[in-house]
Amino acid sequence: MADKTTLKYTAEHEWIRVEGDLAVIGITDYAAEKLGDVVFVDLPAVGAALSASTVVGEIESTKSVGELFAPLDGEVVEANDAVVDDPSLVNSDPFGAGWLVSVRYDALPDTLLSWDDYAALVGE
Amino acid sequence: MTDLERTSPLHAVHEAAGASFTDFAGWQMPVRYSSDLAEHHAVRTAAGIFDISHMAEIQVVGDDAADFLDQALAGKLSAIDLLQAKYSLLLNEAGGIIDDLVVYRNGEHEYLVVANAGNHDAVVAALTERAAAFEHVVVMDRSDEIALIAVQGPASRAILQATEGLHILDELPSLDEVKYYRATGASFENGTVFIGRTGYTGEDGFELYVDAADAVELWNAIVAAGTPLGLVPAGLASRDTLRLEAGMPLYGHELGPDMLPVQAGLGRVVALGKHGTFIGRDAVEAGPADDAPVLLALVSEGRRAGRAGYRVLAGDTTVGEVTSGALSPTLGHPIAMAYVHPDHAEPGTVLDIDVRGTRIPATVTTLPFYSREK
Repeated sequence: MADKTTLKYTAEHEWIRVEGDLAVIGITDYAAEKLGDVVFVDLPAVGAALSASTVVGEIESTKSVGELFAPLDGEVVEANDAVVDDPSLVNSDPFGAGWLVSVRYDALPDTLLSWDDYAALVGE
Repeated sequence: MTDLERTSPLHAVHEAAGASFTDFAGWQMPVRYSSDLAEHHAVRTAAGIFDISHMAEIQVVGDDAADFLDQALAGKLSAIDLLQAKYSLLLNEAGGIIDDLVVYRNGEHEYLVVANAGNHDAVVAALTERAAAFEHVVVMDRSDEIALIAVQGPASRAILQATEGLHILDELPSLDEVKYYRATGASFENGTVFIGRTGYTGEDGFELYVDAADAVELWNAIVAAGTPLGLVPAGLASRDTLRLEAGMPLYGHELGPDMLPVQAGLGRVVALGKHGTFIGRDAVEAGPADDAPVLLALVSEGRRAGRAGYRVLAGDTTVGEVTSGALSPTLGHPIAMAYVHPDHAEPGTVLDIDVRGTRIPATVTTLPFYSREK
């Protein structure tokens, strides 16, 4: 499992792990817990151009539907097929096997939150 | 969380068990303990224990109790036996549904009316007002004194039989004998527990009405007996998917003040054959308009479920709206209940649900989606 303190976050409960010019994106354990058991994940296609703060996918639980917001501008280079096949990975390993998409980005928005900021936001 | 939100007498037990809470009609109730899917499957295969203490309990006592309920509710409550339960409806003058209720007869002149938490005030007010015309009846709100624990699932009877300290009273039916929609009573600690063979999951099960002061001990005793038999604590998320699979309506979704019982498929609950009148009778007899929407069941393939508020389409025409929907944990495909124009209600009709801009084909079927093997 990733070290949560080294990741970037959004107020929409996404995490971002920066690897060079790639950003790997998922949703936080807090968001997964709030959703309940995830039963359906819809992700943007490889090659799709993402624009920050727009809805690019859906994460659906038995009880509710969560929208996936693009945390930054970029192009999808990989979508996690494993999580589409087995959406429960979002609950069981949100920071690891439950990652959602990998995006090639130009610049990181300065609005991304640190772990401390995000933890304060969700009251941890 | 605000001070205005109410909590069950079992709240501390749920917190210790790691529950997540949700607001339900002003109550902070467990939505899940770990996994709502696991809790759902446990009820279908073994058992789950639910805290539903937010439900309202209203006692109706007096020589006129039976006549009063016949007039106040849509069912013939005077006809039920001692220790029998009946599902009934409280209607407004226009025949619309104020609430759906389970009514137990626990004495010749004594009934217990169990109402939805969200309708507590409306039901107490309506019953109190309607009782004014009767000399010998008293309506007493017992909701704060009574905790309600549901044990549901095929193992529930064995679990209650193994529960330490819970003893069926001598002259009353045993848990083996008590039939569906019948009740019995037990002693526990220094008090008594009223037990209905009722539920909201589509499984065999029991609902236990207990003094709020004894609720924690009873819950813990049932959990201790049930854990080896597969019992898990279960929250409102699984309760909702369980009742949806069983085709049971939820007030505020399938039922409301603008719906006549027949539209909700509850025509059989209304006793038009009974003597005398009851509030809402004229409107029920007149019936809804020919084009009034009717409640029906929809099934889809894939994994994307229609949800409350989503449009139902026939071609490009909107013909209805989903009231409840989920990916069925037991069946593995999406299920939904919807109010749809009667021209499109025939089983086998293929409609579309607008799932956030994507049309998902959905076939009209009959309720329930799931029924247990008996």
